[in-house]
Amino acid sequence: MDPAGPSAAAIADLWWWMLAGSVLLSGLVFVILFLAFRRAGRAERSDAPSEKLWLGWLGLAMPVVVLLALLTYALHLGGRILPGPDAPDLTVEVTAYNWGWSFRYPDGRVSERVLHIPADAKIDLVISATDVIHSFWVPRLAGKMDAIPGHVNELRIEADRPGTFAGVCAEYCGIGHVDHDFQVIAHDGESWQDFLENRE
Amino acid sequence: MNAIGRHRGLARIWAGEPGLRGVFSAVSHTDIGKRFIIASAIFFAIAGVLAMLIRAQLATSHSAFVGPEAYAQIFTMHGSIMMFLFAIPMLEGVAIYLLPKLLGSRDLAFPRLTALGWWCYLFGGSIMVGSLLVGLAPNAGWFLYPPLSGPEYTPGVNSDVWLLGVTFVEISAMCAAIEIVVTILKFRAKGMRLDRMPIYAWYILATAGMMIFGFPPLILGSILLEIERAFGWPFFDPELGGSPLLWQHLFWLFGHPEVYIIFLPAAGAISTIIPVMARTKLIGYGAIVASVMALAFLSFGLWVHHMFTTGIPHMALGFFSAASVLVAIPTSIQIFAWLGTLWAGRPKLELPMLYLLGFFFVFILGGLTGVMLAIVPFNQQAHDTAFVTAHLHYVLAGGFVFPMLAAAYYWMPHVTGRLRVMRIGEAAFWLIFIGFNITFFGMHLTGLLGMPRRVYTYPAEAGWDWLNLVSSIGGFLQAFGFALFALDIALQAWLGRPARRNPWGAGTLEWTMMTPPPAYNFASLPEVECREPLGARGTLAADLARGEGLLAAPRNGWRETLAVDIASGKPDHVAILPGPSLLPVAAAASFGGFFAMMLLSLYWIAPLFLVAVTVVIWLWASTNGSREPVGPLEIGDGTTVPSHYEAQGTVGYWGSVFALCASGTLFGSLIFGFAYLWTVAPHWPPQTGLDAPLFETGLIVAGALAAAIFVRLALPRTGNGEGRLYLAIAGMGLTLLVLASLPVLRLPAPTDHAFGAVSTTLVAYGLFHAMVATLILAFMMVRKRQGFVAHGRPQEMRVATLWVDYAAGTAIVVALVLVLAAWGV
Repeated sequence: MDPAGPSAAAIADLWWWMLAGSVLLSGLVFVILFLAFRRAGRAERSDAPSEKLWLGWLGLAMPVVVLLALLTYALHLGGRILPGPDAPDLTVEVTAYNWGWSFRYPDGRVSERVLHIPADAKIDLVISATDVIHSFWVPRLAGKMDAIPGHVNELRIEADRPGTFAGVCAEYCGIGHVDHDFQVIAHDGESWQDFLENRE
Repeated sequence: MNAIGRHRGLARIWAGEPGLRGVFSAVSHTDIGKRFIIASAIFFAIAGVLAMLIRAQLATSHSAFVGPEAYAQIFTMHGSIMMFLFAIPMLEGVAIYLLPKLLGSRDLAFPRLTALGWWCYLFGGSIMVGSLLVGLAPNAGWFLYPPLSGPEYTPGVNSDVWLLGVTFVEISAMCAAIEIVVTILKFRAKGMRLDRMPIYAWYILATAGMMIFGFPPLILGSILLEIERAFGWPFFDPELGGSPLLWQHLFWLFGHPEVYIIFLPAAGAISTIIPVMARTKLIGYGAIVASVMALAFLSFGLWVHHMFTTGIPHMALGFFSAASVLVAIPTSIQIFAWLGTLWAGRPKLELPMLYLLGFFFVFILGGLTGVMLAIVPFNQQAHDTAFVTAHLHYVLAGGFVFPMLAAAYYWMPHVTGRLRVMRIGEAAFWLIFIGFNITFFGMHLTGLLGMPRRVYTYPAEAGWDWLNLVSSIGGFLQAFGFALFALDIALQAWLGRPARRNPWGAGTLEWTMMTPPPAYNFASLPEVECREPLGARGTLAADLARGEGLLAAPRNGWRETLAVDIASGKPDHVAILPGPSLLPVAAAASFGGFFAMMLLSLYWIAPLFLVAVTVVIWLWASTNGSREPVGPLEIGDGTTVPSHYEAQGTVGYWGSVFALCASGTLFGSLIFGFAYLWTVAPHWPPQTGLDAPLFETGLIVAGALAAAIFVRLALPRTGNGEGRLYLAIAGMGLTLLVLASLPVLRLPAPTDHAFGAVSTTLVAYGLFHAMVATLILAFMMVRKRQGFVAHGRPQEMRVATLWVDYAAGTAIVVALVLVLAAWGV
């Protein structure tokens, strides 16, 4: 939980909000349970249970309000972190296979197991696979996207600072799955120029 | 007749056969239900041991305890066994045991089908667990995604074990589902209107209905993947026009309803137990029934939330995300109904209630993380990490295991007639509860820190060591808890003091019988005027034993129970049920032979076992019916009703209706698959097209219509209609032959492209139903000659008409789909 990109950061915010809401709601249920058992010891009561209160307000109205708010927030957020209409600064083709990752840049260069990107830039990844299903995931930068043979998926990532970020395959892909990892190196301006000029 | 005499008479009629033969011929729902429960508990223990192996492996980084191949088999089998061999059979077992007793019936609608389900489950489960012993167990994860599970990347028998074993077990689930729905609709106490049913019956009705519509997509997917593996038809191969995503859709079309299929029966037990523990009535019966039905429908609309990272467009994700969030509402209504019930009553902290408190704690947390995962951006981050593992264990253990443990303690006095021995149950609870939370709470965090699922090791630098070690320690605490629980149940069964009847003071019918229950359940069948008949009339148990209810006098050695009108619960007819039989075990063994031959790749022997299945089913159907008129039967309230031989709308009819619903769902899924591949998969349209088979379509439609018309004209009225039956057979036979000619003469080869593969499968499906219908018509011919089908006894012909209509309809649809497809390419 140490986001290093706008997408991962937005998801982290979402998570803290949802966690707070969950703590409140579960707290409510546990308090009601506790009080119900404490009440039980007291004298006979004749008040009939109010279906309107329990089912109408607590059971129906409360979750409707909470969930609507959450959905609106999430749909808005989801739209923001997608590859939007604004053009990316760079598009890289990602191909997953047993057991490696190759990254093809617009100039035709290919790097294996290391994805080079400039920091502070919008990168669109075009993801596919050649054999079985894999999933591209750099936890600190963005959510994951499956690499599926015969299908092409897109994912936008952005690193807001230079650095090296670990990436893993998130879909079980056979006995080499554990070591099916890669790195993302986000370069600052100068070293990105070095990478571009240094033809391998 | 006094109570003792009645008991002796009924016990003799309803008794199983003695000795070893009795083991194989048992059909009583009480016996079979207990077998399901015990076997699924054993499978739970096996899967639990696998879980312990996983936790031992993950306790430290760079552990060398098991290698990646063994680990893959372990995690795949842990999930598969828990889902298919523990959860589903356990809920079936509980329902099979309880339902007739709650509804006021003497058995389920199809006692021999219950037994068939049992043997299919036992044989299929044994194949799967056996593969583990020889190291050939499935190893591609419990949802078996191709291409990893396909012929190229899993060349061994591993995936076949899963596909064939699970399909074998699904036969059992389909039997149970059909039987449960029909039983609830037809076999109830007199006066038990739908709105007077015990709440558990509503839950199980919804569950079984969901199984009828939820399992066929998985069965279809398994058949297709097995065909791809065995014969190379490329349904899921993107090189040849297939798509791996088709499997994911079919799997989760089953897999998401599955979660509610597991949760709802447990919730039914909760709704039954909580009011008794709180010494009050359940609040919001109508609202609960409505929310259960809403859940059943909604759960079919959100399978895609297991596929949020497969690149589905954002707006579609938004829709499925909203649907996934929406299911929280009916769940919340139930939770607050339970809380309100506890609030209104005077809850006592008996042992079942303690386990239900565990349920509340664990399930609420699991539900909340479920809402989080329904939110797309968060899902894309947490998907396939330990967070999801934690979430699903909170939901399934919270929503199923804890309620089932509560149910075990609640109904054990009913099953054994004994009280528990010491306070071991409390100790077991705390071990399980604390152990569970220690194991899985930390895994939320491990997942958020980036640990994926299904890794057999992880680097020490990742910093997940201490969290994993804590989880492993919690896991072993839990294991001790479950061992203690098993010990407690065993002690109760062997050493417990006899319990008085109805120890909890419940109001439902199952507590009006002796405990342990006699084979016939009720000495005489109750009449019901409210939801809690025993609560309303404290002397009900003694009254029924004295024979004050219906069908009190044993008659002709028949196993009689009452069938009612579906909505009103008015007596409709007397159903005379079959006794012990070896046919179910013979049918299951024939199925087993088929699956074993497929597993051994002896594809030319396998069909012989299907012939054996057909022969057994023919013999089975031959034992039904009556050659003589039976006439109206006294039921004991001064009125008479017909026997099921002479009634309409019998359980046989309804059973066929629901079987055809299931088959229709499979057919619909196949057509969905066709359209899906056409629009989504790469390499479409295919190179080799298809000339529209217009001439064949004409013949198929003509034959199908002729069959459907003449089978109606052959319904026995005055004449015997044999000639018309011949014409119906001729029509269906024509359809059958033309369908069979299509793959040979018209369709492109099934191995070249998914187009040929799917269209051949469609034809094969139509052909299968045409064969079934032809056999049924031939069977009717025999039955007419023998006098089983006659004026006044048209029931079998009505059932035959259903099957003929269905076969005719599907044949026409298959032909039309092919014509459209031909024009499309």
